[in-house]
Amino acid sequence: MTVNASPFNSFSHMGRTTLRWFISGWRIVLFSMLVLTLAISPATYQRENRHAIAHQIVLGTFQNVIWFSVLSSLISLILIRIVVITALSYGLSKYALEMVVRVLVLELIPLTAALFVALRRTLPDGVELAEMRRRGDLALLQQQGIDPIRREFFPRAVAGMFSVLMLAAVSCVLSLILAYLSIYGFTHWALPGYTRVVGQIFNPAVSMIFLLKTIFFSLAVSLSPMASSLYDTRDTPLHSRSKAANELAAMVRLFFVILLIEVASLMGNYY
Amino acid sequence: MQERPDHSDLLPDPLPPPSGMQAMPKNLEFKAAILLLVLFVLVCGSVAYLMYARGAFESTQELVLLADDSEGVVVGMDLTFSGFPIGRVSRIELSTEGKARMIVDVAEKDAHWLRTSSVFAMERGIVGSTKMRAYTGVPTDPPLPAGAERALLVGDVAAEIPLLVASAKQLIENLNGLTAAESALSTSLSNLQGLTEKFNGPHGALGGLMGNEKDAKKLVATLDRATSVLTKVDGLLVRADNQIFGKDGNSQATIVQLNAMLSEARASLKKVDAVLVDAQAISANAKIATSDLDVLRADVDRSLRKVDQLVTEINRKWPFARDTELTLP
Repeated sequence: MTVNASPFNSFSHMGRTTLRWFISGWRIVLFSMLVLTLAISPATYQRENRHAIAHQIVLGTFQNVIWFSVLSSLISLILIRIVVITALSYGLSKYALEMVVRVLVLELIPLTAALFVALRRTLPDGVELAEMRRRGDLALLQQQGIDPIRREFFPRAVAGMFSVLMLAAVSCVLSLILAYLSIYGFTHWALPGYTRVVGQIFNPAVSMIFLLKTIFFSLAVSLSPMASSLYDTRDTPLHSRSKAANELAAMVRLFFVILLIEVASLMGNYY
Repeated sequence: MQERPDHSDLLPDPLPPPSGMQAMPKNLEFKAAILLLVLFVLVCGSVAYLMYARGAFESTQELVLLADDSEGVVVGMDLTFSGFPIGRVSRIELSTEGKARMIVDVAEKDAHWLRTSSVFAMERGIVGSTKMRAYTGVPTDPPLPAGAERALLVGDVAAEIPLLVASAKQLIENLNGLTAAESALSTSLSNLQGLTEKFNGPHGALGGLMGNEKDAKKLVATLDRATSVLTKVDGLLVRADNQIFGKDGNSQATIVQLNAMLSEARASLKKVDAVLVDAQAISANAKIATSDLDVLRADVDRSLRKVDQLVTEINRKWPFARDTELTLP
């Protein structure tokens, strides 16, 4: 009996897992549509909601942007030095700038910005919302005539998106400035050549892919944890887990989505 | 139609107000607006910078470059003049003749570097991307008009490598042949070395030229003998001079005697001349006599032919004892 039942159980388990993944993806899409609907609804920007959105944006961005800028600047500086010195040793210094810009600005900084915001802001927010739901805070809000999605979920999602875009923009600009200073020093005479190289790298296709990638990163980072906390019910396996396990599962799901976006952008850029 | 969460199972216990409703710091909306403004400025500034970097705001003029092959050329690639980028490829298309047409946007502020006599070249390096360069030999020529078409010269370093390697290989083989131990050059150098050794030998260059010491010694001995002979000839000439032009006069008396002998010989020759005149007269007479003999001989021949005809006539008329009968079979 055991021998016969084992393959069936494993197939059944695999099927349930796959179905759960599809349902989870579908719920993220549904939540995205919900957020989009709320974003174009004027009622979302009433005074109280506006305050909540502003609060989340300030809370989520001010704390992160400074630390992330400092850390990304340090790491960028180290990477730029490594690339420049390696290129010099091989006599390929004229390609160092292109490599620095491609590696740092196009690939690493948007990815690290998304991961930083996810770990520092949106994943804890998702857990917090799930806890609030478990405690009944959201039901209480609903009883008071306040839409919990509009008041709690939407501001956090918008703040998460804004944080990713802000962190990526600030860090990219900082990295470009640091790359220029590291390679050419404190002189403005190399600015035309530098500008020309940057212009050659950011051709329309690469710029479009970069923009889309950053936007999709911000969407994934913001929407995936919120959707999990909104739609996971008691009968779902995650609900019965501990808080840490829920956080970990949401993080894995988010990283998987980010990985898919990164792979797609790499294929678009280099294939 | 959207799926909404089921809130019926949530506990309805009274709880503190949600996080969004907690006491908010002042000027939140202002701070958020500043953040939004900063992000907007950053994004717009980056877009504007990239557009500027790609030459969206500079006025350009077109230049069409024609090449057989557009391999290595990409849109956005620079056209450089003396190492400075003055234009960039904006479009690559295939012409009706099957050639690659590269449309280059040259910045108007740099267009004066290009003249009608300018040459355009494309270099494909071993490392790095392809490069397009412009060269202007005569800067006083008329400026290149907008939309001008020019041929793009292609210098492919990678394609020249096999030829270069083949040439270098042939050169190395020739050098090996020249420097081999049994080569002509080596033999010549060995011979030269032997020759110089002989030059440095006891007989010097003479020993090297003659080949061996024996012949060199012979030549030296010959020279010595020639020197002694010349010395003797010199003495002989001195004596002959004394004999001929000396003060004793023997030679002059001999010359006088010689003149007398020559006069006598002249007289003898005159006599011989007279004898020869007589002999000539005699030979003329003999010639006349010879012509008379020819006439006489003709007369004798004629008389003999008459006698022969006469004998034949007599035999015909009176046959002598000769059997003339004919016997029939």
